[in-house]
Amino acid sequence: MTRYPNMEQVTGDFYTQNFEKGAREGSLILNMGPQHPSTHGVLRIILELDGEYILRCDPVLGYLHRMHEKMGESKTYRGFIPNMGRVDYGCPLPWNWAFVGAVEKLAGIEVPERAEYIRVITTEMNRITSHLLWWGAYILDLGAFTPIMYAFDEREWLLDLLQTPTGSRLTYSSFRVGGVGHDIDDKFIEGLKAFIPYFRSRLPMYKDLVTDNIILRKRVEDIGPMPLDMCRRYGATGPVIRGSGLAYDIRRAEPYGIYDRFDFEIPTQDTCCCMGRYKVRLAEFEQSLRILEQAVDQIPDGPIIMDKAPKPSWKPPKGEVYFAVEGARGKTSVYLVSDGTKSPYRVKLRAPGFSNLSLFAEAAQGTLLADAVAILGSLDLIIPEIDR
Amino acid sequence: MKIPIELIRIVVALVAVMAWVGLNALLLVYCERKYAGHIQRRPGPFEVGPHGIIQPLIDGLKLMAKQLLMPDGADAILFWLAPILSMIPVLLLFLCIPYSPLLTGWEVNLGLLLILAFAGLNVLALLLAGWGSNNKWGLLGAARAVSQSVAYEIPLLLAVLAIAFQTGTLNLTEIVNGQGSWPWQWNIIVQPLAFLIYFTSILGETNRAPFDLPEAESELTAGFHTEYSSMGFGLFFMAEYANMVVVCSVATVLFLGGWKGPFFDGWWWFLAKTYVLLFVMIWLRWTYPRVRFDQLLNINWKWLLPLAVANLLGTAFLMKVFA
Repeated sequence: MTRYPNMEQVTGDFYTQNFEKGAREGSLILNMGPQHPSTHGVLRIILELDGEYILRCDPVLGYLHRMHEKMGESKTYRGFIPNMGRVDYGCPLPWNWAFVGAVEKLAGIEVPERAEYIRVITTEMNRITSHLLWWGAYILDLGAFTPIMYAFDEREWLLDLLQTPTGSRLTYSSFRVGGVGHDIDDKFIEGLKAFIPYFRSRLPMYKDLVTDNIILRKRVEDIGPMPLDMCRRYGATGPVIRGSGLAYDIRRAEPYGIYDRFDFEIPTQDTCCCMGRYKVRLAEFEQSLRILEQAVDQIPDGPIIMDKAPKPSWKPPKGEVYFAVEGARGKTSVYLVSDGTKSPYRVKLRAPGFSNLSLFAEAAQGTLLADAVAILGSLDLIIPEIDR
Repeated sequence: MKIPIELIRIVVALVAVMAWVGLNALLLVYCERKYAGHIQRRPGPFEVGPHGIIQPLIDGLKLMAKQLLMPDGADAILFWLAPILSMIPVLLLFLCIPYSPLLTGWEVNLGLLLILAFAGLNVLALLLAGWGSNNKWGLLGAARAVSQSVAYEIPLLLAVLAIAFQTGTLNLTEIVNGQGSWPWQWNIIVQPLAFLIYFTSILGETNRAPFDLPEAESELTAGFHTEYSSMGFGLFFMAEYANMVVVCSVATVLFLGGWKGPFFDGWWWFLAKTYVLLFVMIWLRWTYPRVRFDQLLNINWKWLLPLAVANLLGTAFLMKVFA
């Protein structure tokens, strides 16, 4: 006996009811998420299944919407920086950079040399931690438990190092308009110099044990094809589009900061499948290490923040500005409109995860449920970034 | 009325088996967690008791203290029958496993057949659990469990049949007696392919990684036991571990010489060999990713089954020629 007599009439919410309208005869509507182990947070996907084959799917967003853009309109320029640490908890420093970069571009502020280097070093370290987190979690999605523990071992090392210049381990908000909040010390440099060869020596082990594993390869090779035109249609960026063969990296395409001084490559794969995206991210470890090595060698002495850096009551000139950086997930950018008051008139955050997620519905169509999990994981989604 | 002595023996053995299954589950959970911990560069359970040795006991207590929940719209009879049904056949399986010439609960001439027949009942429990709990994930898990178990039973049977051909008996004690004390006198030397097929199939039969698709938690949240709480889940859990012990014990009997070993024959050799196999299973689980469902069935129908048939025919042929 059911305790809810009207249960038959009210099944599912607005999204489910809407989705059910297009359902085929005899198919199974399945609600995946918002509390599902492999949607990594609170992403919800409605699936229409025939057996285990996906006929149709529809991501539902908004379970982690925190109104960051609206909050920007009521906060001062300096006061909004902590929000940027919370948009994407996996890789917050590019978001920091995108916002302070936009404000600097708007006000024409020059950043001291040392601060630029600290920005590059911390951001690249953050990129490595983010990719390590993704790598462990992706293998976890595919059913292997152990690699995430190894990934977290190295991630922990970097987080311990990053504590000094950022003051926190997860939601970094250490960049300031006109520089950075804290300097790095010799201990930090030494730790980083020890980390680089250690991490480099671990990468072949990961390749042998995980990437070349036959089960893993069968699970990700030729799964979830995303041809270049499809990536372009949805505005995919970052490792997703690089895994489809286009060497599009904001660090090269629209150079910012001092990235033009470093010698690094943009890894691409033209297989367009989950394995392509996987290999791009693994190759980016090496490129980030190269940038780190060069930056650590070149870093000059000097101030870490401009003279008379903006106070909370600071007012930038009127105008609008757009500034993009390369985050771990792709093009991370901020569009800012200033009306000359203490707080921005409008802040638009362009999250790469949002565009990358929109490829999912098309790529997952016709695949198995297990493949959909592999495709979803290969997009490297961070849900708070998608919802903002 | 006189109670037959055989019946008393079976009842005593059943009670002993129940205690043994419970103990084994505790031991295996502890071993698995500790072993997994060391594979993953962490110590594993460490807080409760020295080196966390009481942890599984406390976990069991915690499970018992939980509320038994049944979802709305679930079929009450099937829902509660399933965990019990998954546990009972396993107890019977233990009955006819010969730990040593003396430590055999019930020596039957068709011991092997009995084990294979009752091992097949487990899949019914999984099906009922998935179907009865009125949950779509559970249903998907149950569907996977059925097609996987049915598929993997066939190569398993064929591999076992090759041994039965060779020894000419289905009595487990006699199969062990047909092997010698030293490793080169064991059946695994004569039937290496059958052993490999058997070992791969038991991974599929007991739903262990990399073939743990019915409960694949990154795809199906928890598969067939999604809706089970407390000891409902606990019984499935115990049955899974008990099943692992059974299939590894059978492997020990069929391929690794049972209680026979170098220098001193006895139950210790049986336990040692069984636990080595169990450790291999645990090791596989914490190392490999999960295969996809179509790949799982392809491995079975395209590789294991033809190989098992070829092995069986080869065995039969050689038996005919040399016998």
